[in-house]
Amino acid sequence: MVETGHFALVLAFALSLVQTIVPLFGARLNNQRLMAVGGPVAVTGFALTALSFVALASAYANSDFSVASVWENSHSLQPMIYKITGTWGNHEGSMLLWVLILTFFGALVAAFGSNLPATLRANVLAVQGAIGAAFFLFILATSNPFIRLNPAPIEGRDLNPVLQDLGLAIHPPLLYLGYVGFSICFSFSVAALIEGRIDASWARWVRPWTLVAWMFLTGGIAMGSYWAYYELGWGGFWFWDPVENASFMPWLAGTALLHSAIVMEKRSALKIWTLLLAILTFSLSLLGTFLVRSGVLTSVHAFATDPARGVFILCILTLFIGGSLALFALRASRLTAGGLFHPISREGALVLNNLFLTTATATVLVGTLYPLALEALTGDKISVGAPFFDLTFGPLMLPLLVLVPFGPLLAWKRGDIIAASQRLMAAFATALAAMLVTGLFIDGASVFAALGIGLAVWLVAGALTDLAVKSGVGSVAPAVMVRRFAGLPRSVFGTALAHLGLGLTLLGIVATLSFGTEKILTMRAGETVELSGHTLRFVGLYPAQGPNYSEDRGRFELIGVSGSPVGEISSAKRFYPVRQTTTTESGIKTLGLSQLYLSLGDEAKDGSVVVRLWWKPLVTLIWGGGLVMMAGAAMSLMDRRLRVGAPSRRRKQASAETPAVLP
Amino acid sequence: MKARFCAALLVLMLALGFAGMALAVKPDEMLADPALEARARALSEGLRCMVCQNQSIDESDADLARDLRILVRQRLVAGDTDQQVMDYVVSRYGEFVLLKPRFDLRNALLWGTPALLLLVGGVFIVLTARSRRPLATKSLSADEQAALDAILHRD
Repeated sequence: MVETGHFALVLAFALSLVQTIVPLFGARLNNQRLMAVGGPVAVTGFALTALSFVALASAYANSDFSVASVWENSHSLQPMIYKITGTWGNHEGSMLLWVLILTFFGALVAAFGSNLPATLRANVLAVQGAIGAAFFLFILATSNPFIRLNPAPIEGRDLNPVLQDLGLAIHPPLLYLGYVGFSICFSFSVAALIEGRIDASWARWVRPWTLVAWMFLTGGIAMGSYWAYYELGWGGFWFWDPVENASFMPWLAGTALLHSAIVMEKRSALKIWTLLLAILTFSLSLLGTFLVRSGVLTSVHAFATDPARGVFILCILTLFIGGSLALFALRASRLTAGGLFHPISREGALVLNNLFLTTATATVLVGTLYPLALEALTGDKISVGAPFFDLTFGPLMLPLLVLVPFGPLLAWKRGDIIAASQRLMAAFATALAAMLVTGLFIDGASVFAALGIGLAVWLVAGALTDLAVKSGVGSVAPAVMVRRFAGLPRSVFGTALAHLGLGLTLLGIVATLSFGTEKILTMRAGETVELSGHTLRFVGLYPAQGPNYSEDRGRFELIGVSGSPVGEISSAKRFYPVRQTTTTESGIKTLGLSQLYLSLGDEAKDGSVVVRLWWKPLVTLIWGGGLVMMAGAAMSLMDRRLRVGAPSRRRKQASAETPAVLP
Repeated sequence: MKARFCAALLVLMLALGFAGMALAVKPDEMLADPALEARARALSEGLRCMVCQNQSIDESDADLARDLRILVRQRLVAGDTDQQVMDYVVSRYGEFVLLKPRFDLRNALLWGTPALLLLVGGVFIVLTARSRRPLATKSLSADEQAALDAILHRD
């Protein structure tokens, strides 16, 4: 099975070369047969990559320690779920997952792209094939997951205990679906540059693909943040860590792309800019892959620090980013600029959105790379941490967030800012009230807290105003209003939900940072502690045995007003003997939208235990907002206009199945 | 993403011999005076744990971070101002410990990029919008507008 997987991977590499070269020449010679090769090859390449991935996963599931990667990252006593998720919990396996998703998206274009112009489809598949070829070669040359060991070891070295968590099952696949999903937008852009023109089908295709990628990336980042929150044991949810920034930059650029793609689809304006953004977004995904996988981030980040890998990815990076930007420089002038608009219009608002989002992306990029560049050039070592991003990224977000509710209320081409402001009066009043209540009635509220809460409420109320205005609240009869509301395009709901989610996330962040409380103390069994109105009694420390670890579990009872226990929280210190590692399993109790977070420290000789306890008000909104944003993207994808092409697509597919009739 | 980071952190801690994982700030480190302790916490948040990746000493459980936390508290007890404490730590460990890079010429590009880009982008947008103004301001005549209104409000 392992050899089958290895062989399938080599075949997939060979096919990706075919996928790159044949359709590209076909498009140049305008040869239908050569162009038609792209589709089946892309689908077969995906099937082979999937076979290869299944082979590796089954080696992990069966604990085949003759495979080096399995030996290094698995153990026979691990629960089955962690054996399987361990497949991508390491460098080699995660790269295989990367190309699996890349070929999956290529196959999707092949399967659903029959309504695209033949040359565009051929070029897109060729570019997608080229990216695939580069990464297949990278895997086979520097990170082969199928390398065997002889003699085969009896037992494996265990998956890193921190990764033995359900988060690993969800976070990397979601994140990669997002990261790699942007490759489609990239391929479409490069294909358009190769052809030297952007037609209507280009615009129609890029927006939904951006939405799909953005939706998964949002989920991946939110999931990663929650995972870090409960797994790391100190209750932080975002650290401005370079690896986090690596996933955040494509998200910011992708958000900008999402908005400019709307302008392009609806009004065929901003074409060239959208194309450039699509290239930049995927370039940032590639950069993220490079930063994480090469070990350049002072080496502590990557699992393995092998310069060969770093140099290889750097070459891929230079080739694709440099190549696509050079092509852009050569060809962009050929593309015709699109529709015109007044500065105060929906388009104008979206341009402003793009200005702030791209500046924010650049800020994160500079903050992430500046220390590396400085060290390489001068040898000086500096750190760029959270305080830098708070001072630069924060002020950039402030005007953007203030402007968000205006955008959807402005008309295309020429908007009326006064009318939009009047419609937002209620939202503004609500936000102002929230700000005043926060500032005046909550103890210890800072200016930041009042402003932040006000801004979050402004976003939420603004999103609701958008829906209310569009369904005619206040101007039509209630029955008409309900009918209008139900008849609103899904994309309107999508926009409102995404903006609502943004507001909720902001509310969660501000509330947690401003009103969260913390206590660090030593406790003995039977003692109680009180934090922000919640009383906890320490029941005691109980040893327990897991499948591949032993733990000391501290049990705590949540005491209700009546003095009797109303709930339990437990936190554990786990010891994994294979890797000789200790981890802290935090105890979390969700109360409404808020959480009590408890983390167990060292045990003293007299039996007392160090306990760190946090009250995190509205903290679940941080990730809940992310889910709402995802729902918004999903809603937008279900919009009618993305389905209207369906009948013609089927018709064309039928004709494509009989290539003999084609000239 | 994060897990990769903390996994690597664990590997590193293991390599350096910090086998045990513990909580960051421990009760025995904390100062009796709440005001002084609050200052210590605030200062700790801006100081980097040297063996960690972008983690402040307030969050880190590495031994080195603990040493630094204790050092900060000792200086505060000795009567240093916040600035004096920071200067003292930087004099011993270098600028690398500062999570907020200094505003100086060397870091001008770092601090200046956001404002510069916003300015350049803004100017570019304004210039582009101006060059297109003639067409953009072409609007309907009163008659056309009236005809349009009539059509729009027919139902």
